[in-house]
Amino acid sequence: MNAPMNATPAPVKKLRVATTSLAGCFGCHMSILDIDERIIKLLELIEFDRSPLTDIKTCGPCDLGLIEGGLCNAENVHVLREFRRNCKVLVAVGACAINGGLPAQRNHLDLRDILEEVYQTEVGLSHGGIPNDPELPLPLNKVHPIHEVVKVDYFLPGCPPSADAIWKLLTDLLAGRTPNLGHGLLHYD
Amino acid sequence: MNATTTFHLDGEEIPFTPGQTIIQAAKAAGAYIPHLCWHPDFQANGSCKLCTVKVNGRFGSSCTMEAQAGMVVENRTAELDDKRRTLLQMFFVEGNHFCPSCEKSGDCALQATAYELKMMSPHFDMFYPDRAVDASHPDILLDFNRCIMCSLCVSASRDVDGKNVFYMGGRGILGRRVHINSESGMLGDTDFAATDRAASICPVGVILKKRKGFAVPIGERTYDLAPISAPDKETTP
Ligand code: SF4
Ligand code: SF4
Ligand code: FES
Repeated sequence: MNAPMNATPAPVKKLRVATTSLAGCFGCHMSILDIDERIIKLLELIEFDRSPLTDIKTCGPCDLGLIEGGLCNAENVHVLREFRRNCKVLVAVGACAINGGLPAQRNHLDLRDILEEVYQTEVGLSHGGIPNDPELPLPLNKVHPIHEVVKVDYFLPGCPPSADAIWKLLTDLLAGRTPNLGHGLLHYD
Repeated sequence: MNATTTFHLDGEEIPFTPGQTIIQAAKAAGAYIPHLCWHPDFQANGSCKLCTVKVNGRFGSSCTMEAQAGMVVENRTAELDDKRRTLLQMFFVEGNHFCPSCEKSGDCALQATAYELKMMSPHFDMFYPDRAVDASHPDILLDFNRCIMCSLCVSASRDVDGKNVFYMGGRGILGRRVHINSESGMLGDTDFAATDRAASICPVGVILKKRKGFAVPIGERTYDLAPISAPDKETTP
């Protein structure tokens, strides 16, 4: 017999997406939210795993991982590796993830000099001493982009990438296409 | 009879006059060959290799090779654009190109060429070199973190301004750089002026006018409006 005409289609299996901000400013995440009402359409296709949007603290198996920010401390490296282990596809989102961005502007300065100036010698600051709580992740000598530590599948430049660029990347990936940003969407600034 | 004859560029017939280089003829015909160190007003420098094409199956720099009748020139092939993208990635990692804080962003030939060639990442490990900024001149700032050593400032200052303010010197990947022709090595101790041709020739964000920041907002600048491959664009005015 023919199948009944009005059967509800089997629910589409949603893709699991994790996001994180490492050494970034959350600007890229704000830009994700800038897709505005398109987020409703997006939530029909995906569900979030670990992300500042869900407050889930560890990353489970995911189809897609979006990384904002580069690597400025040991915890960033740990989280990045957790994402790489769990995400089938990993995307570097924004200038900091791709080339270190603003945090990497400290790279031509000596780390000890920076800490001493900020916490001990600079006029007008509280001079409390360099923080050394075991809770605090140790800073790296230099800030690094994430492709120097793990394999990255796709890159989405911009500081931050525009909501339209993020939307194009997500819709391309969800449709199984290689993301392709044309003129106007590919920006480094 | 006129002296015009033709060659083929990606299948398109391009007329040229004897003595013209491939890129000069292509430019006159409105065809874009990616380039950084070449500028139509100056002698070819041949240093960046972005303009590399294949002429009858062999690689050559289109800014230095003279056009010949009947040449078959490949330009925007996947093979050549892949190599160009790699060259761009090397430029980006060997300097400090933090576009979001660069006044040249949106007007920059390096950045616009990287957009044109869809450079999505630096690919290589970053150098993060330590390069000097020279703010000694009252009207001009020099940020050598962004220099691509195209030599256009050297040519402009020497050939147009008659001042020889800049010269290339030193050796090696971090040693070779643009120097300033003054005893102190500082721009403030030269007769450089903001009205010099060399003050507006830099295709990237090294030679910048002071007190001119953000006159045009990001998003409305030269290459925000049209890609660098668009017919009427040139690296710098
Ligand atoms: S010179 Fe060009 S590529 Fe370099 S930072 Fe400035 S805008 Fe970006
Ligand atoms: S300062 Fe500018 S014009 Fe001079 S060599 Fe460097 S990039 Fe070229
Ligand atoms: S444009 Fe020909 S080598 Fe630079």
